[in-house]
Amino acid sequence: MSGILVYALHDGEGNFNKNSLGAISEAAKLAGELGGEAAAVVVGKVGDDVGGELGRYGAAKVFRAADVEEGLAQPIVDVMAKLIGEHGYSYALFGGGLLGFEIGAGLTARLAGGVTMEVTEVQAREGKLVALRPVLGDSAIADVAYVGEPGIIIGRLNAFDISESGSGEAEVVDVDVELSEWSTKAKMVTRGEARGEDINIEDADILVGGGRGLGEKDNFKLAEELAEAMGGAVAATRAVVDAGWYPYAAQIGQTGKTVAPKLYLAAGISGAIQHKVGMQNSENILAINKDPNAPIFEFCDLGVVGDLHKIVPKLTEAIRAKKSG
Amino acid sequence: MKICCLVKEVPDAAVTKRIDPETKRLDRSGEKNLNPFDTHGIEAAMQIREGGEVEVDEIVAVTMGPSSAVRALHKAVALGADRSVHLSDDALEGSDVCATGLALAKLLSSESPDLVLLGQQSDDGECYTIGAVVADHLKMPSLTQVIKIDVASDALTCERQAEYGYDTVEVQMPAVISVGDAINEPRYPSLKAIMGAKKKALDTKAIGDVGLEADQVGEAGSKTQVLGMNPPPAKQGGEVIEDEDTTETVEKIIAWLDERKLIR
Ligand SMILES: Cc1cc2nc3c(=O)[nH]c(=O)nc-3n(C[C@H](O)[C@H](O)[C@H](O)COP(=O)(O)OP(=O)(O)OC[C@H]3O[C@@H](n4cnc5c(N)ncnc54)[C@H](O)[C@@H]3O)c2cc1C
Repeated sequence: MSGILVYALHDGEGNFNKNSLGAISEAAKLAGELGGEAAAVVVGKVGDDVGGELGRYGAAKVFRAADVEEGLAQPIVDVMAKLIGEHGYSYALFGGGLLGFEIGAGLTARLAGGVTMEVTEVQAREGKLVALRPVLGDSAIADVAYVGEPGIIIGRLNAFDISESGSGEAEVVDVDVELSEWSTKAKMVTRGEARGEDINIEDADILVGGGRGLGEKDNFKLAEELAEAMGGAVAATRAVVDAGWYPYAAQIGQTGKTVAPKLYLAAGISGAIQHKVGMQNSENILAINKDPNAPIFEFCDLGVVGDLHKIVPKLTEAIRAKKSG
Repeated sequence: MKICCLVKEVPDAAVTKRIDPETKRLDRSGEKNLNPFDTHGIEAAMQIREGGEVEVDEIVAVTMGPSSAVRALHKAVALGADRSVHLSDDALEGSDVCATGLALAKLLSSESPDLVLLGQQSDDGECYTIGAVVADHLKMPSLTQVIKIDVASDALTCERQAEYGYDTVEVQMPAVISVGDAINEPRYPSLKAIMGAKKKALDTKAIGDVGLEADQVGEAGSKTQVLGMNPPPAKQGGEVIEDEDTTETVEKIIAWLDERKLIR
């Protein structure tokens, strides 16, 4: 049976990740073309209504491993490996994200299955799936086929559109899985902690995003002064949040917030896909970056190639002057 | 405790990468360097040793790749590893993630490390997955994208950012940890260390030495097949200006903002 098994990530309270919902939608579409079914896997405490919820996106079945904790990959590898073994799913699909990469990688080892990652498109060709994957800094797209089963596909963020194509209720099947010994050797101490002060960036019309190009923590004042002059707020990339330069609450992207202000002014931000997904719907994007090859120049409306340390202070000054004059 | 650092030789970031149209593999000729992400793994090992919470007996740099990969090992040793191990065999050529993970796991098994450290991704392959593949083969717990490690005698407390914020995870050793680039600022090797690197022990192994058969690695052991390469869809960037005269640049930005009524 050419079925596809999809991992559905949630926050621990049953709110599903939108990349997972995209993956279920995609799996349902592909399974239709292959003549099989799409099934979802959830772990942790989720209610019976999960059948209706994931069924809407086209899952025919939802396997629920209630005793397995959400948030760490290896126990979920145990669950998915067992399901693939028992039910013969031909493919496992992940909507991207940290856990998707880790679970997919674990399955590759466990089941000797081929794996592709950062996949932007999946095609059914002659009854088999082919994954399209950008390589070499996205300068080429590789079409990758699988040798044997299962094939493991890890999508790039936002690669798969969410579509409520499901006909209705998915059957919820409870599964009991004995964990591998090594899967029990990592324990979550705290999950999903927000660090630093809680600042609101979602409501700002203008956001000045600061990245590693600012050079050091203290230079965030350049971004703050510009934001203040423009009547906006300051946002940040993961690189600077992880480095402790700015609070997590200001982080835009895959593992941060998603925003759509009237203006997103990116200063010293490369424009990595994980950042892009959080700000690409901004009405206007202006980027200042000294590297003409920075990916952000491929999706901004106005790109300025230059040193932000020269440009930003003058820009702040000019805006202040304009407002007061 | 023994730490193995997985390292990889990658094309220098400044060199344009290309796919060989014949073999559909990455053209790995040209300038090479140690994968910059792996230098964070070596630095993490050095900091564990210097931190003194646990006794680190040995830090071993481990790689798989063609003969040129010894340069990456020399760099790793210059950065602090005590010795290195190189799996080099013609049969390995063309290995995908599945085959590479198995080969590295077998190589690591022969060293019996308490901790395996590696960078979160390679500069060229961008697969993010090798650590977790290796860990499952070794039957060890693992965590990727770790930005802080605290060591106690037999366990690590690791932090990382995941989809819903920061996670703190306790991992028992032996373990495989892939580190993010925010974990540390790798040191520069001293001239003395660079000069001395070539004198440190370097063990070269063939697949048979680590219990691998030729059909488990290379193209034969791979479970993916590249059918073809195509150019990406054309991208449509916006207007781009070069900053030559900053006063002028700022005027242009102001005009652009004004046009969109963004200065109020
Ligand atoms: C699973 C996962 C999840 C992630 N989640 C997120 C997320 O939610 N949000 C996020 O932002 N990232 C996320 N990332 C990280 C992401 O991949 C990038 O590493 C990060 O966005 C880079 O941040 P940056 O642009 O500040 O730094 P860099 O990529 O280092 O870019 C700095 C830029 O500044 C420019 N620059 C340097 N000096 C100057 C100067 N003087 N003047 C002008 N320009 C200058 C450089 O040319 C460069 O382009 C995630 C990664 C992974 C793997």
